[in-house]
Amino acid sequence: MVEVLVLAEHRKGELRDITFEMLTGARKICDKIGADLTVALLGFNVKEFAKELADYAKQVLIVEDERIKEFNSEAYQKILAKIIGERKPLLVMVGHTAIGMDLAPSLAASLNIPLTTDCIGLDFKDGKLYAIRQIYSGKVNAEITFKDAETYMVTIRSGAFQPEKPEPSMGGGIINVPSPLTDEDFAVKKFVEYVEEAKGEIDISAADIVVSVGRGIKDAKNIPLVEEFAKAVGGVLACSRPIVDKGWLPKDRQVGISGKTVKPKLYIAVGISGAFQHLAGIKGSGVIIAVNKDPKAPIFRVADYGIVDDLFKVIPVLKDKILELKGK
Amino acid sequence: MQSLHETENVFIKNGIVGVERMDIIVCVKHVPDTAEAEVTIDPSGRDIKKEGLPFDINEWDNYAIEEALLLKEKHGGKVTVITVGPEEYNETLRKCLAKGADEAIRLYDESFKGSDGYTTAKILCSAIKNMKFDLILTGAMAGDDGYAQVGVTLAEMLGVPHASLVKKVEVKDGWVKVNRELEGGLEEVAEVKLPAVLTIQTGINEPRYVSIAGIRRAAKKEIKVLGLAELGLSKEEVGEPGSPTRLERLFIPEVTKKVEVLTGDPSEVASKLANVLKEKGVL
Repeated sequence: MVEVLVLAEHRKGELRDITFEMLTGARKICDKIGADLTVALLGFNVKEFAKELADYAKQVLIVEDERIKEFNSEAYQKILAKIIGERKPLLVMVGHTAIGMDLAPSLAASLNIPLTTDCIGLDFKDGKLYAIRQIYSGKVNAEITFKDAETYMVTIRSGAFQPEKPEPSMGGGIINVPSPLTDEDFAVKKFVEYVEEAKGEIDISAADIVVSVGRGIKDAKNIPLVEEFAKAVGGVLACSRPIVDKGWLPKDRQVGISGKTVKPKLYIAVGISGAFQHLAGIKGSGVIIAVNKDPKAPIFRVADYGIVDDLFKVIPVLKDKILELKGK
Repeated sequence: MQSLHETENVFIKNGIVGVERMDIIVCVKHVPDTAEAEVTIDPSGRDIKKEGLPFDINEWDNYAIEEALLLKEKHGGKVTVITVGPEEYNETLRKCLAKGADEAIRLYDESFKGSDGYTTAKILCSAIKNMKFDLILTGAMAGDDGYAQVGVTLAEMLGVPHASLVKKVEVKDGWVKVNRELEGGLEEVAEVKLPAVLTIQTGINEPRYVSIAGIRRAAKKEIKVLGLAELGLSKEEVGEPGSPTRLERLFIPEVTKKVEVLTGDPSEVASKLANVLKEKGVL
């Protein structure tokens, strides 16, 4: 039977959203080409996850080993190489995440499996696999094809598929697979610990109004301009990744996948082009307003209202106008 | 490969005898900056029009070269930069030399065009497998095509361990302790045995600027160019024929949500926006 194999992701006792997103995307492909959906779950004490995943797949392969309580690419690679070698799935799906980016390229290379990464769409047409991915920070999409192979591998971008629970449950069978690991598999790479970012005074993820500043601000000395504007609208100041990378604002102000997810009633993006990593962190926002001088900036694809102009001209005037409005 | 690190190198710096002199290779890419540019598709339908776009070192690689230079300053050793690309890529190599890299190598043949992430790693591997190294650093991804694939693939091909998305590096006793960036503000501390490949995430350090003296010094340095034959590769192994994946076509994404653009001079725009905020009751 043709099989699509999805790697379940979990961390700190929780299955990650990407798992259910991939399973939903995979199910559509399975329906189209008549394939079985299998999910591989690697970890320790994860039987509860297996039960949950059984609703979403024909079968759940569970590999438990105390040494992979936390993700380790070397150990995962050994287990998955064995599973893929034995089952020869048509397609393997892994998240384009901190786990998948550490695992998929070496796993695919070790098995000579064609791989493409960070996919936002997948399709089989006339027996051929097509993957869609974004390039040039989201300004262009690329369609990728593969050389004929027994197995293909893709990594999937977070949020590419909307998770849907199958109705009725797929009632998948749970199959215990013995762990092939030995201590030798941990001889060159070891997990040590997790470190949480330092908590600041302000929690941007709890704010009703968030004003975010991005690369367009050009210099640290210009940040107070946006900070004062944020105060005027009664919001908190947040930012996109480049501002934290440059050390202009602390990490706890960063909106996006590697920072915080925000769901304010009002989100104002100032000088932010809208890299995918940022957009994923503002999906649940109410009204989104973007100020950017590039009309093609991806931020305008998610914004409700846009101002295509120089932020240095617009923001001071906007601040005064809002203060005036509030004064009345 | 394992034996490389077993013979510890002794170096003397500021009168202190160190034992962790490091040979570091940094893989870099020369990319167009499209952040503020209009991107259009060229007639082939498989590439963007690159004329007039500013090119520079890939942002992630700029952090990788900086990290290599910091490690060299701390431990002693040598930094070699390597790239796969045509002559224009020399600009990025020169920039790295000006910052303080010791040697630069460019791998190029016309047949490399169309190489995917796997094949780019294969080309890099064909050169690096003959070189001495303790650490290889690459950017975690490239700002143009964003595969985030080459570094980790290269590690597999060289038979050495890796860590990706690295935000902190500490070398000690033949191991490298790294912080990997995970999602949601979380980091993972991991230890990887040398020699190893690390893919570097932005924000790990503050990349230095190039000094005038550095540019002068770099101008005199030779950039070694290696072609297909010197790398022991054949045309069938590289470019499109050698790549397991192929970029079939490009297209501009459809706009699914229509933004309402507020037009006028700043004061008109501000009034319009203030009204919207009032109507929506979000102020």
